[in-house]
Amino acid sequence: MGRAPSSLVPWLLAAAGTLLLPWHMQQDGITLRGVLALGQEDPEAASAAWQALAHGRFWFWPVVAAVAIGLPAVQPGRGRAVLRMAAGALGLAAIVAQGLAIGVQGWSFPWLEATFGDLGDRQFGIGLGGAVATAGFLFLLTDGLALRGLFKGDRFVAGAVGLLVGSIVIFTAWPVLTMLSQMFTPREGLPWTEALGVRVLDRKIWGLACVTANVNCGVFWNTLMLASASATAATALGLAFALIATRTGFRAKKALRLLTVLPIITPPFVIGLGLILIFGRSGVVNQAADAMFGVELGRWIYGFGGVWLAQVFSFTPTAFLVLIGVVEGISPSMEEASQTLRASRMRTFRSVTLPLMLPGLANAWLVVFVESLADFGNPIVLGGSFGVLSTEIFFAVVGAQQDFGRAAALAGVMLVVALAAFVAQRRVVGRRSYVSMTGKGDVGLPVPLPDGVRRAAFAIALPWALLTAVVYVMALAGAFVKVWGRDWTPTLEHFRRAFAVDWAPDGTLLFAGGAWHSLWTTISLAAIAAPITAGLGLLAAWVLSRQVFRGRTALEFALMLTFAVPGTVIGVAYILTFNIPPLEITGTAVILVACFVFRNLPVGVRSGVAAMSQLDKSLDEAAVTLRASTFRALRTVVLPLLKPAIVTALVYSFVRAMTTVSAVIFLVSAEYEMATVFIINRVINGDYGLAIAYCAVLIVLMMAAIGLIQLLVGRRRLGRRSAPAAIPVGGRA
Amino acid sequence: MKAGKTGAEVRLQGVAKRYGQVTAVKPLDLVIEGGTLVTLLGPSGCGKTTLLRMIAGLEQASEGQVFIGGEDVTLRSAGERNVSMVFQSYALFPHMSVLDNVAYGLVSSGQRKRDAHQRAETALETVGLKGFGGRLPSELSGGQQQRVAVARALVLEPDVLLFDEPLSNLDARLRRSMREEIRALQQRLGLTVVYVTHDQAEALAVSDRIVVMRNAGIAQAGTPEELYARPGSVFVATFMGEANHLRGRIERVADGVATVALDALRIELPDRGLPPGEADLVARPEALIVGDAGGPGLPGRILRAIYMGSHAEAHVETPVGEVFVIGPRALARRAPGSAVSLTFGTEGVVLVQP
Repeated sequence: MGRAPSSLVPWLLAAAGTLLLPWHMQQDGITLRGVLALGQEDPEAASAAWQALAHGRFWFWPVVAAVAIGLPAVQPGRGRAVLRMAAGALGLAAIVAQGLAIGVQGWSFPWLEATFGDLGDRQFGIGLGGAVATAGFLFLLTDGLALRGLFKGDRFVAGAVGLLVGSIVIFTAWPVLTMLSQMFTPREGLPWTEALGVRVLDRKIWGLACVTANVNCGVFWNTLMLASASATAATALGLAFALIATRTGFRAKKALRLLTVLPIITPPFVIGLGLILIFGRSGVVNQAADAMFGVELGRWIYGFGGVWLAQVFSFTPTAFLVLIGVVEGISPSMEEASQTLRASRMRTFRSVTLPLMLPGLANAWLVVFVESLADFGNPIVLGGSFGVLSTEIFFAVVGAQQDFGRAAALAGVMLVVALAAFVAQRRVVGRRSYVSMTGKGDVGLPVPLPDGVRRAAFAIALPWALLTAVVYVMALAGAFVKVWGRDWTPTLEHFRRAFAVDWAPDGTLLFAGGAWHSLWTTISLAAIAAPITAGLGLLAAWVLSRQVFRGRTALEFALMLTFAVPGTVIGVAYILTFNIPPLEITGTAVILVACFVFRNLPVGVRSGVAAMSQLDKSLDEAAVTLRASTFRALRTVVLPLLKPAIVTALVYSFVRAMTTVSAVIFLVSAEYEMATVFIINRVINGDYGLAIAYCAVLIVLMMAAIGLIQLLVGRRRLGRRSAPAAIPVGGRA
Repeated sequence: MKAGKTGAEVRLQGVAKRYGQVTAVKPLDLVIEGGTLVTLLGPSGCGKTTLLRMIAGLEQASEGQVFIGGEDVTLRSAGERNVSMVFQSYALFPHMSVLDNVAYGLVSSGQRKRDAHQRAETALETVGLKGFGGRLPSELSGGQQQRVAVARALVLEPDVLLFDEPLSNLDARLRRSMREEIRALQQRLGLTVVYVTHDQAEALAVSDRIVVMRNAGIAQAGTPEELYARPGSVFVATFMGEANHLRGRIERVADGVATVALDALRIELPDRGLPPGEADLVARPEALIVGDAGGPGLPGRILRAIYMGSHAEAHVETPVGEVFVIGPRALARRAPGSAVSLTFGTEGVVLVQP
């Protein structure tokens, strides 16, 4: 009772990372013998302590010293909090300082070289030892802080917060700041101020020539126009669908709800492909027009119109999903009150229902706006010469010019727009006080829609739903004909090229198809990332919704902010940051997994928060007053009751990892190629058949995954209370 | 569940709680003697639940110290204090059987599962739920769930047992019998209990002492009788049951007895340290006696009289304002408008701070 337990585990981590394990990343992976790195001949394979002792790498002494300072923390006792904090802080500071100061070419900064002279040594990126030691020091620090009374004295909460803050810093804040700093690097003899000016004030970004002449405007205006147009159309369509689904007696409501699953399972360029097959130069419409009227419709689909159409198709389901919640959230008793006050249905709709929905409509608009901004798949497939920020960034990085400064400037502009939308969204959602949020049963029947509104909704929504179905059918049909538009012979050739399986001469199974490699890589990396995403996301959700500590709102804001960073920006930031030490993980699986985890974290957080808001807070408190440690309370009470949310988070993060493209396109390597990137490359080469065949396989896989959770989660009930699985909305790119 | 072991004393010294600009509990001192049941009573938002949660360790005091059994536990978390709590919602773990729920705290403190289950069975027996261990909480009635919550808290033999509005989810009849059970259990086991409620009848029925709270501070603390018969303020008087608030004048004070003028009537009351001059007093409805007109006392007129079965109630207009009277059944026979005379009994009439 009241005895501070020892910090043995964190200290052992720090000590093992510093003394025993190889500090740097090993070129050929870690062998069993290489794990014990205390007496290694090769300095690059040795532990930090051995490098300092035997190889004269003095910069590791502070790290070793931190381990020594932390030694008393192994003993239980409250008074040793300061030692733990000191050891943890010193260790972290020493690791960061040496990592940033010394790179592959000796000192990383000229002024260090000027001060201390030539180092005559160098080091590569941090590996297993460094990572373990960092974790150890981090938890020593949080242990110390908790024992000083922060976080209510709870070491588990302190550790969880430390973990979250640490990962946000390493995998979001640092890369983004590194990328932004690239804007300031001097160029071609220009001083940094002028280089910055040239990059940021580029006519190609801000040009307004299109107002007066028939040329393209700057990409900023293109992006803004496209995002606003897509958001407006998708919101209007989404509202029509939402009203039909919740306020009419429409029979096929269930089928309508299926629409909400589409954006989650569809790889981001399927719609674009479908549109090409319909409206492209050899698309069915063009061919028909040519055959029947001799009219050449040309390539109008490549450009603003096509991208806009594809985005409206892609994002209407998202808007629909957001707006279902909004329409259902309006308390029927308000509308009933209006009706008893002699208002007609139309007047009720105009003066009560619509104003109550306004914040929700604004939110849906902003969600689609952000998705359009971050969208990469549709513009790359359909954009043609119409450039938007995400594609321009891509071409700045991979194109012949390879101008990272320009990519950084474009990404900076994109980041500012995304953050502005994020702030606007916070404002809108923060004010949604009048959508009744109480869980109490607000009885009453929703008022049927006025006739005019109902007719309008059906007139807009039904043709659109039909069109969506046509696009999907066309997109998939393309996988089964030889060459779309020229040779309509049915064939399975595309599938054979992608997924052929042969018997090798020695009798083993040979995955001969060209797509197998990327498919296996994608599945295995997504499978590695999913549990990490779900775990970290639920931990964040639990910390944010259940724990009270100083800085909680700041942490929440930081987390939400990282979610607002578009995928393209993250992709550029990652390659700029992680292809040099101290964290040299470009080209490895680690960077892809990290990207998946931090891009999809919102899924885990949202489903966790949704599920936890249904769990009575006094359940955790009861467990804590019953002598359970916070961790035990989480494990024995909260987690079992959160099972549906855990499964949901797992599956959705898996599915989204498989369909994402915007960030990973920068991060793939020959060894780790992703399915979506493979498909994009086929599309760019004009090989639509194989691309579509691959998309079809992905869609079937995702549908199987989603169906599986419906089976697992849908039936689960606890007592009288059921916890519905929350489908995460938005933030996909 | 050893009888005879007396619970620990709880002492709060200058304890306060602030959330940013908002003060939930002003700095206050409070001693809860070992083995007694003390209620924190007050309207919603008065800080009583926050105070309870600070004793439990679910909230940390912004300032001041909390002692349990003489030990300073201010910086300890809930799990490190030897306290147990019964929650308003009961907070039974819905995915565990009743037995697992009751044994949860024992297993958490490191007992072997078999021993824990044995003791949990005993605890269930204590609250009259023998044989219900295998059920899920959702398969029990509200009252039974309440008992499981009590058993789960009791089985840890806590120094202090805390109740947060434990009966508010039960119907009126069940509430009555449950509060008697809780009181009987507390007295039999000699537990220290802190009990939060907003229901004054419940507080009067179960408490050794009552702490009336208002605006994040203590308005008055005392035995049920003290608070009912000698409230210190108009707020406490009206919160602890029906009371007539009257304005009078202290004409003189001698040997601790004040002579108070109410219109033409003079009554003598303990002065309670008040100087001569304008004064507030409260009178319980049953302390007022309605007599025939012309007798000694204030002249009055019946506004309405109501027959209530066991007694009668009447509203009477007097020169010092309208008053509410509870009297014998015969009172109901007085017709509205009839003239009466109103005298004051010796108990239930006190001078109060304004």
